[in-house]
Amino acid sequence: MLDFVQQLVSGIALGCVYGLIALGFVLVYKATEVVNFAQGDLMMLGGFFAFTFIGMLGLNYWLGFAGAVAAMAAFGMLAERVVVRPILGYPQFSIIMATIGLGYFLRSVVGMIWGTDDFKIETPFSDGVLRIGSLVLAYDKLSVIAATIILCALLYLFFNRTTLGTAMRASSENMLAAYYMGIPVKRVVSIVWAISAAVATAAGVLLAPITFIHSNVGLVLGLKAFPAAVLGGFGSIPGAVVGGVLIGVIESMAGFYLPQGWKDVAPYIVLLVVLLLKPEGLFGVHTRKKV
Amino acid sequence: MRFLFKTDYEDDIKLFPHSGYYVSYGILIAFLLIAPFVLSSYLVSQLVFVCIYATVGVGLMILTGFTGQASLGHAAFLAIGAYTAAYLQQYDVPFPVYFLAGGLLTGVVGALVGFPALRLTGIYLVIATISFAFIVEEVLARWESVTHGNEGMRVKTLSLFGQAVPQNGPTFYYLCLAVLVLTIVGTLNLLRSPTGRAFVAIRDSETAARSMGVNVSLYKVKSFAISAGITGLAGVLFAHKLSFISPEMFTLQLSIEFIIVILIGGTFSLHGAVLGAIFLVMIDPFLTYLKDDLPGIIAGVAATFGADSVTATKIHANAAAIASANGLKGAIYGVIIVLFVLFEPLGLYGRWLKIKLFFQLFPLYKRATFKRQKIYVKSERNR
Repeated sequence: MLDFVQQLVSGIALGCVYGLIALGFVLVYKATEVVNFAQGDLMMLGGFFAFTFIGMLGLNYWLGFAGAVAAMAAFGMLAERVVVRPILGYPQFSIIMATIGLGYFLRSVVGMIWGTDDFKIETPFSDGVLRIGSLVLAYDKLSVIAATIILCALLYLFFNRTTLGTAMRASSENMLAAYYMGIPVKRVVSIVWAISAAVATAAGVLLAPITFIHSNVGLVLGLKAFPAAVLGGFGSIPGAVVGGVLIGVIESMAGFYLPQGWKDVAPYIVLLVVLLLKPEGLFGVHTRKKV
Repeated sequence: MRFLFKTDYEDDIKLFPHSGYYVSYGILIAFLLIAPFVLSSYLVSQLVFVCIYATVGVGLMILTGFTGQASLGHAAFLAIGAYTAAYLQQYDVPFPVYFLAGGLLTGVVGALVGFPALRLTGIYLVIATISFAFIVEEVLARWESVTHGNEGMRVKTLSLFGQAVPQNGPTFYYLCLAVLVLTIVGTLNLLRSPTGRAFVAIRDSETAARSMGVNVSLYKVKSFAISAGITGLAGVLFAHKLSFISPEMFTLQLSIEFIIVILIGGTFSLHGAVLGAIFLVMIDPFLTYLKDDLPGIIAGVAATFGADSVTATKIHANAAAIASANGLKGAIYGVIIVLFVLFEPLGLYGRWLKIKLFFQLFPLYKRATFKRQKIYVKSERNR
């Protein structure tokens, strides 16, 4: 039983990281219908920025965190401007390819600059543990869970309560109509990219104590975050987090109770089953086709 | 230029638009046939890879280019073909049998993947095919009684009608070339048949195709099966070429490379698959060339512009360090993909068409002929 709870908590913590990356997918998808395959790599880059600020320049943790988030927000806007804006509105396949290319590029360049070793960011939460009875919970895992809840709530409020959030939803429904209504669609899109890069950075920094950061971590985790986003139904913010947690728990349970090898495929098997039964994901809205 | 007037349906579905194609393709084939006697063995070996990649490219083109179903799982189909060959070879099954068996089995698996894919579109389909590829990769690593797990499998030298065909010899090259040419001709014929036209109809508009009486699900499954089958055939050749296969060779990376083949070559054309394969295979020798020669050239240029010997040596060292950095290949791949998507969405074949049209219409060529229209999208969720 204790093992079960322990696995559950670490699964949830891992799942929250997937959820955070998935949030980035969902944000961009919600506003622009673009699926950003480079999201995991943005997360990795954010982690490396934070590592540079905190580990190499010796800044305070929170200052470094904020610096990395700001730098990545700027980078997200730059990436949007250079790679995405010219092809906005073209078939999804081209956009998927462009973001795959971007991911490739980021991964290799990071590998060339920082090397291919594993890096670790010292956080205030490292090494501390919370003991409840005989249950041992590491602070870094709890911090991930807490941060995910806060971020998720903020984003939910942002999308549903602010003018900018409404503008984003409008431009995702129908870009041209939104444009006619006076919404600066281009600026909205670039803000969305900034936010999603910032969220990815938060995920990267929170992740650093759990898994070390290295240049391929984005690919590995990004590919886990996809099932998370799809499980939740692309385009649903709560869905992304729930999907992420599900994937994390499934993975951690499969790693503990099933023979070796199941850990890595279990999330995908669950994903395929869910897609078979409910092609629009668990929280997806089924819209009727208009002819 | 030659004006083609199509006056009846038969004109529209000809294998080649006009007889000139027989001449140009004939010359190309003749050159490819004498290639082993002219080119170095290294280049012939690269040509074999071009043939294999182009075969996969044709397979993927049927699915992605002509039916409009994106797939990032084709490495898995290649793996199934390769492993079928390696497994059957242990029991002394003759090459033609396991070659066809590899294609057939992969085709069946492709159809099985096609069924769940029926209900999925766009991004969901991409993720589903990635998931499938991961599962196959894991199965290959774990099913040790058949696949020997991570140790990998040796593939014996191919023997055809009692003759050994070493994977570096010209005969193997001819075999791969024959497979490629047959695949291309077969695909061309497929595309002018009702099946192929149904594929294209589904790509252009599923709803319209359905209302014209096309059985969309049937043709989507067919497309998956044919595409996978061709990839499986290429997998058998791939296994022989490398003479050793292991699960970590068939990763997502490889699937992405196949997508690069059709993307850079030019989606929607079979020429594109071949051009893309040439591009992808030749990028490695090109990078080697960069590594070996470019630093020297740069330093030489610097020296001619008055840099003293110390600076020139420094420049040489820096250039060499950049050229031999670990991730350079990935970075170049990334930049190439992005640039092609941004500036040449029709790929290399599209570029060739533009050049050809320029000379045909000279001096009347209009620069905006291929310009893309700016479009605004409605949500795909409502489509």
